[in-house]
Amino acid sequence: MSALTFTLKQPTDQRIDMSPLVCQKLQGMDVDAIAAIELQNGKSRRRVDELFYITGMNTQEIIIAYSNNKLDFIGKELDGGSISVQGDAGAYLGMQMKSGTINVSGDAGIYTACEMKNGLLQIDGDVGDFLGGALPGNKQGMKGGTVLVKGNVGQRAGDHMRRGQILIEGNAGDYCGSRMLAGTIAVMGNTGRYLGYAMRRGTLLLWNQPQLSATFNDCGSHTLAFLPILFASFKSFNSRFADSSAAFNRVQRYGGDMAETGRGEVLVRI
Amino acid sequence: MIINGVTIDKTFAEAFPMKATRAIITAQNEKWAMISAQAMTGFATSVIACGCEAGIERVLSPAETPDGRPGVAIMIYAMGGKGLAKQLETRAGQCVLTSPTSALFAGIEGGKPIPLGKNLRYFGDGFQIAKKIGSKRYWRVPVMDGEFLTEATTGMVDAVGGGNFLVLAESQPQALAACEAAIEEMRKIPNVIMPFPGGVVRSGSKVGSKYASLGASTNDAFCPTLKGVTKTDLSPEIESVMEIVIDGLSKEDIDKAMRVGIQAVCDLGAAKGIKRISAGNYGGKLGPFHFHLQEIMA
Repeated sequence: MSALTFTLKQPTDQRIDMSPLVCQKLQGMDVDAIAAIELQNGKSRRRVDELFYITGMNTQEIIIAYSNNKLDFIGKELDGGSISVQGDAGAYLGMQMKSGTINVSGDAGIYTACEMKNGLLQIDGDVGDFLGGALPGNKQGMKGGTVLVKGNVGQRAGDHMRRGQILIEGNAGDYCGSRMLAGTIAVMGNTGRYLGYAMRRGTLLLWNQPQLSATFNDCGSHTLAFLPILFASFKSFNSRFADSSAAFNRVQRYGGDMAETGRGEVLVRI
Repeated sequence: MIINGVTIDKTFAEAFPMKATRAIITAQNEKWAMISAQAMTGFATSVIACGCEAGIERVLSPAETPDGRPGVAIMIYAMGGKGLAKQLETRAGQCVLTSPTSALFAGIEGGKPIPLGKNLRYFGDGFQIAKKIGSKRYWRVPVMDGEFLTEATTGMVDAVGGGNFLVLAESQPQALAACEAAIEEMRKIPNVIMPFPGGVVRSGSKVGSKYASLGASTNDAFCPTLKGVTKTDLSPEIESVMEIVIDGLSKEDIDKAMRVGIQAVCDLGAAKGIKRISAGNYGGKLGPFHFHLQEIMA
């Protein structure tokens, strides 16, 4: 059975809420029923077949073709199955995702993996601000799973992050790991200003020396036993993180944010 | 049944259900992994007075351990789940957490999870760090030599304890040599431990005693110095008897271990002073697992 494919007929001026088109909600539905689903498109509601050409039948393997950054909430609360986005994704990609996989060949917008609970989310391009963050007003961001970004990410990646791991092959913007509660963010590229601002716990694993605030204290250089296990868990990813040459276990450890509880850490490869 | 001049008695070993777990100890090198493993499995020969039975299952190469360092797999057996969990935690805390460069990992996937480092983390006094990697939770506990890394839980499974056989020889050195040969072969079998010192016990017991406060006492029927004064099970030429006790994750595991052990003893044969192989049982009333020697060696 071929993948259920939604091919965008033409770019829309208004944003489209894609949250109804997730595997578990479409399971058992025939093509006619799927075509009749109404999606919020700006102020109006439009049938799926008004916006997309629909082909294929496998609701557990969804492809969104010719996607662009107006398609918001792709994979919202996804609970099993896979979604492959050919092109860019809008805001709130994989929001509150519970399990399954999402792959995006292009870029993704703000609040990607917002309050994500589990699963694997991979973006081949860049990602906007608040990756893995919490909805405004909420106290806990991403709570589990893995986000893999091959490009760069915007500001405040991992804001309020509670658990899980964010792996960034490129650079991270300012305030990476801000207000982090726990979890792991690994950045192969460079990081911006105010790294780990007000983080309480959690690990920021860096390949390059960051510009650290005065509230992060040097704890010395160490060989940490958990790092080989962490890197071994990356082996299955299609990523530079899976390369054995990327792995290391010797780091400079900085503790902080001392303006908070100071139980967080920045580990920099040495 | 006679193998290489050694008589295999038509009797059986009697074993009983236990709970078991396995843990993997790693360290900077095999020497320190072994030191920690020996400490953790020390004073654990019999549930009668030790609270558990424990032993080293085997040495692990770096490729076989979670953190890529040399390691040792140990197993602990107890009569119940609560007792096992308590013994595991106490021993891990005093013998692995304390041992230089050590790390501690689960050795059994599945089964019922029991705390491994889950509560040891409190030694970190708030500085401990949790890391969930894949489906597993680890704790990083700051200690004076760096960090003690431990998995939060390991698995507890149903197991079998008390498999055994007796080696009857013409002299004490010959009995011991035969048991050493057996243990060397039995240690190659996975999923079993021989919990007594060096794997061998010289003080096999019977149920009961003339003293009311004792539940077990010396197995006088197999004591060579009592041949003339008790209802003995020994022929005149037997001068020494030693026993090998086996705990295993399943009856089949113990079967395998007994087979290779008895075979190693028989390979020495009557020419080396080995006369009989027998086994300890309680008339079949104590344990549901029966290991019939002649069936095992058939």
